[in-house]
Amino acid sequence: MTIQTHGIDMEALGRQPAQGLDDAGLALKVEGLSLFYGGQTQALFDIDLEIPRQRVTAFIGPSGCGKSSLLRCFNRMNDLVDGCRVEGKILMDDDNIYDRRIDVSALRRRIGMVFQKPNPFPKSIYENVAYGLRIQGINKKRVLDEAVEKSLKAAALWDEVKDRLGDSALGLSGGQQQRLVIARTIAVEPEVVLLDEPASALDPISTLKIEELIYELKSRYTIVIVTHNMQQAARVSDMTAFMYMGKLIEYDSTDQLFTNPGKKQTEDYITGRYG
Amino acid sequence: MVTHDSNTQHISAQFDHELEEIKARMLEMGGMVEQQVSSAVHSLVEKDPDQAERVVSRDHDVNMLEVEIDDDCSRILARRQPTASDLRLVLAISKAISDLERIGDEAAKIARQSITLCEEGASPSGYVELRHIGNHVAGMVHDALDAFARLDVDMAIQVAKEDSQVDKEYGSAMRSLMTYMVEDPRVIGSVLKEMWALRALERVGDHACNIAEYVIYLVKGLDVRHLEISDLIAQLEEK
Repeated sequence: MTIQTHGIDMEALGRQPAQGLDDAGLALKVEGLSLFYGGQTQALFDIDLEIPRQRVTAFIGPSGCGKSSLLRCFNRMNDLVDGCRVEGKILMDDDNIYDRRIDVSALRRRIGMVFQKPNPFPKSIYENVAYGLRIQGINKKRVLDEAVEKSLKAAALWDEVKDRLGDSALGLSGGQQQRLVIARTIAVEPEVVLLDEPASALDPISTLKIEELIYELKSRYTIVIVTHNMQQAARVSDMTAFMYMGKLIEYDSTDQLFTNPGKKQTEDYITGRYG
Repeated sequence: MVTHDSNTQHISAQFDHELEEIKARMLEMGGMVEQQVSSAVHSLVEKDPDQAERVVSRDHDVNMLEVEIDDDCSRILARRQPTASDLRLVLAISKAISDLERIGDEAAKIARQSITLCEEGASPSGYVELRHIGNHVAGMVHDALDAFARLDVDMAIQVAKEDSQVDKEYGSAMRSLMTYMVEDPRVIGSVLKEMWALRALERVGDHACNIAEYVIYLVKGLDVRHLEISDLIAQLEEK
């Protein structure tokens, strides 16, 4: 229950500032990662980066800087691109996810992804969330019911859809669809959730709901978010990485990066100056 | 690290203009306040009640300027969501103008003491120390503003150093004024008024020191408030 005093949400006052790397374990460790598209085009240059567990890490940078490419490396989405080659390692629990022995679909269960445009399946709301579990072979109604409710509640959508779980997901608003997709992603209990511009197609209120959701979700999941909206990165993330031309320019706690960045390039970008 | 031209060259020229504008207005307010302090001290030393009256009435203009600049700062925060050095600039200005306004109040206090001292007879001290401390703190205000305008950290450190000097001068001036009161109780009233004026000047020094600290915050991103001067320098060297 929210405690209100003189209209002030006392719980919100107790919120911690953005957390740094200090007390968090590592969810993902990137070592010397380079990415090539179609032979000679290099999209990422020797990236080293540590993603802390149960924190929100944001990637910012101008269009084409490689932030989405990097995000896609985390669940091997780039495997689907012809002529794409990866050098270096991404370690998850000391295993390189680019190791030949890694089962990619198992990896994608552990590292879920949400895209810019909400992409619900043309099925009911219920079936959208249950989908991931069904393809894992779970068909018991009681188990599915429980998982659907839990996921929709975690995605802050339950109250809005609980009376029409059988309706088509395509009838939901854009913001609701995006939260549904997040519910679908977390239904399979991933460890890491990758968000690629999750709110850029949404109106400001839906955007705030997604941001609030991200804040709630980080107590259970590691979140990595790519966003064009710098203020959004400042609002939701604990750590921020600034990328430019395929290189990681600066990676620091969000508080530090937005008040006193170490590199001039970062300063120029986040303050809106010519680079 | 912020350089001299870093409040310009935003992609939005309008944003450049807005930041330049608040900085220019803060410095304008600073110039006005500096003048208020000098005039207040001058009116007391030279026994000029008319000048003192003018200081008191101009305090209202200083206050209004603070309100206006504060308004501009909140508008920039709301509309531009500044970050990094831009954010520090807006915050530093917003804090600096509140110190400038307080300096204005202290100047008005001195001017009021000056008016009563002119009416009731001067203090027997001859205002030697008051004149000296007055010049000293007016110089500090000037240098703090200069440091702000030029983003000059060395000058800001110098101002912070001067503040402890002023505190010593203030202590010794108080002791010497005390002896006048011990020697002749009839002068207690006028000496007390001089003491109030001195106290106000000492406070002006503190506010100038605060402004110097905001300059360090603005340029280095380092919060150096409530630090001993030696720790302050050590922190800056670490940076």
